[in-house]
Amino acid sequence: MHREPSASFDRGALNYIRQAAERGIYDIRGMGAKRPVPNFDDLVFLTASASRYPLEGYREACHLETTLGSRYAKQPVVLQSPITIAGMSFGALSANVKEALGKAATEAGISTTTGDGGMTDEERQSSKTLVYQCLPSRYGFNPDDLRRADALELVLGQGAKPGGGGMLLGQKVSERVAQMRTLPAGIDQRSACRHPDWVGPDDLKIKIEELREITDWKIPIYVKMGATRVRDDVKLAVKAGADVVVIDGMQGGTAATQQVFIEHTGIPTLAALPLAVEALEELDVADEVQLIISGGIRSGADVAKALALGADAVAIGQGVLIALGCNHDSYVQDGKNHDATEDYAGLDTAPGFCHHCQSGLCPVGITTQDPVLEQRLSPARGAQQLGNYLQVLEMELTTLARACGKSNVHHLEREDLVALTLEAAAMARVPLAGTSWIPGNS
Amino acid sequence: MERVTHLDLANLTIREVNQFLHHELDASQTAQVDIQNPDGKHSIAAGMDVDVTVNILGHAGYFVAGMNKQATVTIHGNVGWSVAENIMSGTVRVTGHASQCTAASGHGGLVVIEGNASSRCGISMKGCDIVVRGDVGHFAGFMAQAGRLVVCGDAGPHLGDSLYEAILYVRGNIASLGADAQQQEMTPDDIQALSELLAASGIEAEPHEFKKVASARRLYHWNATERQEY
Ligand code: SF4
Repeated sequence: MHREPSASFDRGALNYIRQAAERGIYDIRGMGAKRPVPNFDDLVFLTASASRYPLEGYREACHLETTLGSRYAKQPVVLQSPITIAGMSFGALSANVKEALGKAATEAGISTTTGDGGMTDEERQSSKTLVYQCLPSRYGFNPDDLRRADALELVLGQGAKPGGGGMLLGQKVSERVAQMRTLPAGIDQRSACRHPDWVGPDDLKIKIEELREITDWKIPIYVKMGATRVRDDVKLAVKAGADVVVIDGMQGGTAATQQVFIEHTGIPTLAALPLAVEALEELDVADEVQLIISGGIRSGADVAKALALGADAVAIGQGVLIALGCNHDSYVQDGKNHDATEDYAGLDTAPGFCHHCQSGLCPVGITTQDPVLEQRLSPARGAQQLGNYLQVLEMELTTLARACGKSNVHHLEREDLVALTLEAAAMARVPLAGTSWIPGNS
Repeated sequence: MERVTHLDLANLTIREVNQFLHHELDASQTAQVDIQNPDGKHSIAAGMDVDVTVNILGHAGYFVAGMNKQATVTIHGNVGWSVAENIMSGTVRVTGHASQCTAASGHGGLVVIEGNASSRCGISMKGCDIVVRGDVGHFAGFMAQAGRLVVCGDAGPHLGDSLYEAILYVRGNIASLGADAQQQEMTPDDIQALSELLAASGIEAEPHEFKKVASARRLYHWNATERQEY
């Protein structure tokens, strides 16, 4: 008998409808979009040969230093490489993980970012350069932490859920998390999607001025947005006075949100980046306002391609968690390797497929507030793993930059790239490989 | 010697005024600062962190006394959006009317509006107290987490929508309650708390005439019987 599957109602659609019919409630999950979208893998570098000469891979210097916030801030952030760790809250992550991020970032000379729920003392102490997020919820937001931050990131949205608010389900709202957020412990906490004290770009300008006044114009102010109407949004953020614009593409991760948000909103990082760069160029502020891109950045090649397309730095979230052991089949505790597959099975998943950060039952102790589970990742081991990962990113980045003949990673340029697919060529505004054709350019 | 310092915004910039308020009060031994000609400017006295009295002599714009700590700030006029946003402690008083989002996400301290406050008064408040002599607009106390909002006049539609643990007291009419907000019985503790708040704000009203609105807590969990993987 010939069994013909339906293209419209494939297994995924059937499962989705059955589950909706049984439960009457939509899926909430963590991490980012899983559907295939054009990404940095669809680009390759035209490294040097006869027409360009390369730098010696192991001998000639290739500089990575990155300055963020030079537009108005008296004290811009200076990083040793163009990599930042994206905002991830204490609450979503365990205190051990926050400490590991701070240690590794400090060692690497890069920044970490607080996330929804405020700043912890441990985080401030472990992270030399700490970016303090101001989110719509304003959980734990206070002037003392603002004044001890190295930069402020005003969050209008994120790539996983542009237009949506934060979410932390009850099992992760421990006593300490609840106290920091001024909420009862154990409740399903859904935070606001709009800031409570301003609405719209004209207000944003006044809000940024207020924050500058409170911080005596010392620290840079970043504006972070999910990638939707990127060109307009970047222009409005610049007009409102941002020092740094952060654009988070649709592959950007989250600790918890509705699946429908993750897979069906925003545009791919590859498409968002050129739009943001063009907006800065059209306003003639590309040398003045820095651009951070995030959403699915994994490798040194991704970082290099992002810089070549015009970003000043990248922000990494999920890649950092994976370096710490996310989706790994085992964890190390008390010097021994422990198998975690049963714990993944308890979440109805398996290593390599997990996206259950919302559950608070992270099998490898990363996205949890459970006192037993969080012991599965020690700050020291986490910092070491992450340090290694960051080192590899930097080595790959400088390898590619030198091969393109650049003595500074910020000299990578669009001209160094071609695309392997039509979609990527159109989105990234670079020629299809082997042609001089950029789809959409007449 | 403690003294009164006069600052004139007709001649000084906001930056110069706030720089003085943030860093130069001690050296000048000032106990009171009078700011003239505010002319609706924004962010006046934002980011205060010292026990001093500040009088703003006229109308102010957005974010006046934003993130206030310790200071006693009085605006002798009307204010724009988000007066005393994120207030931590101290007192902010407006002798006239306040525009939207009074004391948004305020964590502590007292905010007194002697006139009316527009919509979203006390939005997202996290422990501050707000007393309004007149009316409040729609969505007052929206997503308010902790603290107390006292409205001596009427409250507009959707009062206390998505309330957490903040308590709202209203003397006049309530146009409508928001999602998960419910009217509850006034207890002796409420009467006591309200009396203290009214006394602290210098507003005369009879506590027994107030209604109490608090969270029904029906939105705290979406679906308690569902597995937490939703
Ligand atoms: S392993 Fe942990 S951090 Fe990774 S997706 Fe699963 S729950 Fe989230």
